[in-house]
Amino acid sequence: MAANSQRVEVTLETLLESVDLAESIVMRIAEAAGFSEEDIHKIGMAVREGVINAYNYGNQQNRAKKIGLTIEMSPQSMTVRVLDQGKGFELHEVPDPLAEENLLRTSGRGLFLMRAFMDDFSVRPGPEGGAELVMVKRLPDAVSGNGAAQPE
Amino acid sequence: MLQGTCREIGEIVIVDFSGKITLGEGSSTLRHTIRDLIDRGHRKIVLNLFDVDYIDSSGIGELVSGYTTVRNAEGDMKLLHLTKRVHDLLQITRLFTVFDVRSDEDEAIRSFK
Repeated sequence: MAANSQRVEVTLETLLESVDLAESIVMRIAEAAGFSEEDIHKIGMAVREGVINAYNYGNQQNRAKKIGLTIEMSPQSMTVRVLDQGKGFELHEVPDPLAEENLLRTSGRGLFLMRAFMDDFSVRPGPEGGAELVMVKRLPDAVSGNGAAQPE
Repeated sequence: MLQGTCREIGEIVIVDFSGKITLGEGSSTLRHTIRDLIDRGHRKIVLNLFDVDYIDSSGIGELVSGYTTVRNAEGDMKLLHLTKRVHDLLQITRLFTVFDVRSDEDEAIRSFK
């Protein structure tokens, strides 16, 4: 994909394979946009967690449902949206995985990792139901206006 | 894909892992390896993660589950040779306060009571 593309939309099946696919797509776009190797890893992992969330909790592994993945590049940042067709949820209702009583829980860390690895993270209701996870990563040189994602 | 190779030093089993511990096959391999060791009577287990550069939330959950399984069987489980990314991941998730993490194999072996 060329670095000057503005928006990519992919509809993913509710399959385990979609997790790797989404991660791979986003990492390729992040690389073309000029993110550092470490940031590419973080973006990939955040999106992986977003799609795992949609696959497991949103769509409940129901193959009849779809997962929407949208990547938007601006000269300043990359915005990734992951949309499921589940019941939706409120971020404040999710237990804190860092709380002492939750440390031995075997799940519930995905949202925390997305928040930790991206610059901005939010959850909002999808346009037709479900939950939309919105993640933003800013390009390191966006402030100076020399972002690699500038249109050629 | 995750591969684990077991070696025994006295009553301690060290599992040398290589690959990714992620949702699906990697997490499943980790779960079955630990379950198999417990079923075979092993109670002192070291997971050598020297060649594991990627763990996602599912893999973290599986590590926690394995730890709980071993402790419930009155055993103990240590982590050895974490890569930087795995080290950082356990740090931000506060799991360093749960796991006994070692950087030296002899030290890990000696740390079992």
